[in-house]
Amino acid sequence: MLRLPTFDFQPARSVEHAVALLAVHGNDALPVAGGTDLYANMKLGLFAPRLVVGLRSLTELRRISFDSQHGLRIGALCSLDAVARDSAVMAHYPALARAAAMVGTPEIRNMGTIGGNLCLETRCNYYNQSAEWRKAMGHCLKRDGDICRVAVHSPTCKAINASDTAPVMLAYDARIALVGPNGERSIAVRDFYQNDGAHANVKRADEILTEIVLPVPTSGTRSTYRKLRLRNAFDFPLVGVAVAVATDADGICTQARVVLNAVGSAPLEIVAAESLLLGTHLRGESTADAAEEVFKAGKPLENANAGLLYRKRMLRVLAQRALEDVVRPLH
Amino acid sequence: MGKNGAAPSQAHVVGASLPRIDGYAKVTGAAIFADDIALPRMLFGKLLRSPHAHARILSIDYERALRHPGVVAVAVGGDLPARYGILPSAQDETVFAIDKVRYVGEPVAGIVAEDELAAQQAAALIEVRYETLPSVMSIDEALLEVDGSGEKIHPESRKANNVHKEVHLTFGDLDAGFAAAERIFDDEYFFEGNTHAALEEHSAIASFGADGKLTLWSSTQTPHYLHRVAASVLDLPASRIRIIAPPVGGGFGGKTEPVAHELAAAHFSRKTGRPVKFTLSREEVFYTHRGRHPVRIHLQTGIRSDGSIAACRLQTWLDGGGYGSYGVATTYYTGALLPVTYKMGAYAFDGCRVYTNKPPCGPKRGHGTTQPRYAFESQLDEIANALGLDAGAYRAAIAIDPYSRTINHLRVTSCGMREALSAVAERTDYSEKHGKLAPGRGIGLAASAYLCGAGLPIYWNPMPHSGAIVKVDRGGGVTVFCGTSDCGQGSQNMLAVIVAETLGIDILDVSVCAGDTDLTPVDLGSYSSRVTFMAGNAARSAALDVRERIAAAAGAELNIAPDRCVFERGRVFDRDEPERALSFVDAARAAEASFGTLAGVGSYTPPEDLHGDFKGSGVGPSPAYSYSACVAEVEVDFETGEIRVERIVLAHDCGRALNPAIVEGQIEGSAYMGMGEALMEESAFRNDLHRIPNLLDYKTPTILDTPRIEAIVIETEEREGPYGAKEAGEGPLNPVIPAIANAVADAIGARIYATPITPERVLQALDGTTGKLRLRAPVATRTA
Ligand SMILES: Cc1cc2nc3c(=O)[nH]c(=O)nc-3n(C[C@H](O)[C@H](O)[C@H](O)COP(=O)(O)OP(=O)(O)OC[C@H]3O[C@@H](n4cnc5c(N)ncnc54)[C@H](O)[C@@H]3O)c2cc1C
Ligand code: SF4
Repeated sequence: MLRLPTFDFQPARSVEHAVALLAVHGNDALPVAGGTDLYANMKLGLFAPRLVVGLRSLTELRRISFDSQHGLRIGALCSLDAVARDSAVMAHYPALARAAAMVGTPEIRNMGTIGGNLCLETRCNYYNQSAEWRKAMGHCLKRDGDICRVAVHSPTCKAINASDTAPVMLAYDARIALVGPNGERSIAVRDFYQNDGAHANVKRADEILTEIVLPVPTSGTRSTYRKLRLRNAFDFPLVGVAVAVATDADGICTQARVVLNAVGSAPLEIVAAESLLLGTHLRGESTADAAEEVFKAGKPLENANAGLLYRKRMLRVLAQRALEDVVRPLH
Repeated sequence: MGKNGAAPSQAHVVGASLPRIDGYAKVTGAAIFADDIALPRMLFGKLLRSPHAHARILSIDYERALRHPGVVAVAVGGDLPARYGILPSAQDETVFAIDKVRYVGEPVAGIVAEDELAAQQAAALIEVRYETLPSVMSIDEALLEVDGSGEKIHPESRKANNVHKEVHLTFGDLDAGFAAAERIFDDEYFFEGNTHAALEEHSAIASFGADGKLTLWSSTQTPHYLHRVAASVLDLPASRIRIIAPPVGGGFGGKTEPVAHELAAAHFSRKTGRPVKFTLSREEVFYTHRGRHPVRIHLQTGIRSDGSIAACRLQTWLDGGGYGSYGVATTYYTGALLPVTYKMGAYAFDGCRVYTNKPPCGPKRGHGTTQPRYAFESQLDEIANALGLDAGAYRAAIAIDPYSRTINHLRVTSCGMREALSAVAERTDYSEKHGKLAPGRGIGLAASAYLCGAGLPIYWNPMPHSGAIVKVDRGGGVTVFCGTSDCGQGSQNMLAVIVAETLGIDILDVSVCAGDTDLTPVDLGSYSSRVTFMAGNAARSAALDVRERIAAAAGAELNIAPDRCVFERGRVFDRDEPERALSFVDAARAAEASFGTLAGVGSYTPPEDLHGDFKGSGVGPSPAYSYSACVAEVEVDFETGEIRVERIVLAHDCGRALNPAIVEGQIEGSAYMGMGEALMEESAFRNDLHRIPNLLDYKTPTILDTPRIEAIVIETEEREGPYGAKEAGEGPLNPVIPAIANAVADAIGARIYATPITPERVLQALDGTTGKLRLRAPVATRTA
């Protein structure tokens, strides 16, 4: 079987300790949470850190709490299963519970953490392959090569952000806390990602994601997440759509978030679709128009397990269905 | 239970759904699979594989690799130059490629080291210089004449292009048949290649003892064939080689022929004097392959006004990959079994297998019959629809009769196809539903037949196909020795059932020693669904052999004629006065006292009148055929093209069910595997590489995709089978794929002429952008 390369492993005694280790070792070190993404990638020869800093020992980052003033705080080390089953998450952020429950398999959700899911390495089927396979195919921009094999003229890597929870976090206007040698900073999830598959987020090598904070949803918010995949488990999204809308007493839409994943290197918010929904009663026409905007904006490439034309076509269907999911109870 | 001589809880083991004797060990993880074996001082091996689909090897330099810490030895093609192959007619592989490589992933060199990581890292240090050649990646390309810039994949072949094997057979008067037909249905289909996806990755451990003998443990379905090939490739007398097949973690045909890592392990153990283990990664399993051939199919069927088949012409083109493997047999199999299900006035079959620069294809469950069966049952569905006939009743009307001959001269004995057809149709209300369900919902039906073991061995010889020894201990324990390999199908249990039944003892008093060429008589292996029929018959006759002596001794003790002795419930008693009895243990002791050490031998050779007399008549004959029928119900999402299989009802005529629970398990597994092949599995290539050689991206269904499966066991009494049994290993798979295809056609009102039936293809069919499959006319094949 494929073997992990050799590396040193140090469990972190505290967040400060983890950050200090990362700061000292620079690019030779990587943090690991559940390891479901990192170790698989190390076996493929995509990463070869000399030191791996274990975060699972940081039990203080495994708490979930909710209050109606500050909203939801999720420690980065909470397992996806814990997030999916948490009663406050289910009650107030159902799309997050749904997305977390759709990740991989039960084993992956038990080991995989919410922090790891947000930091998930971007994916591409020219990239998530063994060293021998990549050598045979020829290397690419993201690692060891100088062209992108999917978009030959692209100066940047177009690998996919395939995190199921990332678009949902955007739809809920979540913020995350990053702790580095100089202390903590808080940024919106929206600003965490950038559309470059080789540098898909702004986290610095010596920073740890410690916490995710979701504001209390405006009353009347409805949300969902729809994921297209080829089988009902053990499958990354081919495309995904997260939707959150809020309506006032008259049923007029006052807030709208429509966010895609798996169509680019960052979750993609479709502002044009959102503005079509705002101020409407969210009836047939406005949702169909919004779905059309989603279809127009999403530009999948040929680097996942279904053809790009199919994935693009499905954007409209998924968006339409996600909107129906959240709108149906209103009518 | 299980104490020697204790009365079994039931009079008969045959027909009882008893737990498998190896079940507990498998479920708890106690079973020792090949990769679990670890020997002192063991080295670990790794194969360096070709990054090119088609290239000449110019040079190999492994000095740096040899200096890597932990590395003990390296070997390349010239170190093991003997050619081998599973079929005598296709001796075209070497352990490591010599002169050229023919697919990405072909082994080029081997390396052994103190640990697996060192071997893996050092393999990357071997420098191979290649001169690349144009690659051939499809059937169409392989049929083109090779132009000046290219080279044939096998330059020594006498064909002008990359054709490997052609077959042309005609039975009856085809022209007259088509002339008599009222309608001719003419369709093309494409069945995509796919792989076995057994859970266990192949593993082999070799150890040369101080006595100069080689022991080779391997996850193989065919220890006997490995024995033969190891002797010839290593140039060692077979008498110095011992092959042991530990429990195999799934085979499905993927472990039926000797492959590089097994022979490399033996070579390195001889060279280093230390035990050597090679365990493949999942990606390497995809390259080792020997999986389902992609087959393009042209099918013309002429129907008389009453619906009967006047003539049928089948043409197949098989994409064989880089080497021969079982391909010649596979080619024949694409044609041989089609007539085993239905009566035909005339039949012609033209098969053509080509070489391409892909991992070699070979046998997968249903070996070569699965692809044309999909096409034929799809076309029959259209015929029934066109004639306004019920698909089940129509098939029953044209079904082959028990105890008859097919148009291609195959002998048919018991046949439960009509029973299977009516069982699935009735259980699902097929006739009330087909064509009448709401849009998006569909129901489909199909039938099939399969072998109970190939009637002829792979290499010609007049010896038995299976042998067994049954030894009776004076404590009452019985051991059956047989060369079978249990790849999870339950062959160990089957041997125990047959011997326990024959001797009338508790199944737990039987131990099975299988798959060990030093200890067990030859059985040809776990392929072509032959084990229950052939090894079962051998074990039964071995048990009868020893029973005869026990009956003689018991008869003497009880003062009755030996033929009045009944063996049941751990006792030997008088048929007429059952209280006159001995325990089995006492009877065995008496027999040992009279006759000396107690063991019986038995063997099985298939009868000779199974087939006609023409070139190629050796592929297809079997002492008996199993029959199956399937109904699938599906729901299709018109917007996404997603298909949800809601229910699969699968009836299988297995002869007599020796253990109904195990038969049901095989049926359920077939339904699951067939569904994967129908809907998602595909060996896909991009730029000469397998696009997705891992089980995350290569899709097989999960349990959440698996519908309600209803297994129906149809029992016929097969006169020549052990206790009436036939087979359940491969047969039930075949009807599942066309049943699903027919259900999708019913649901969406359009047919998709290719597998897998993906959501993308469903949408194309709904858009009307795919009509009938019209592949580019194949270039006529010819021999130079
Ligand atoms: C078979 C399989 C199927 C999968 N299916 C899905 C799927 O359907 N959807 C999906 O979204 N994902 C899927 N995944 C990916 C992965 O398992 C999950 O995204 C999981 O949540 C990752 O979390 P982890 O804790 O295991 O991450 P790790 O592997 O521990 O880490 C992932 C990355 O994040 C970094 N990291 C982790 N935690 C922190 C932190 N607190 N601070 C800073 N950096 C951190 C690591 O350095 C690493 O680069 C799948 C994985 C596998 C193996
Ligand atoms: S998108 Fe392009 S650069 Fe990025 S991993 Fe895929 S092939 Fe490489």
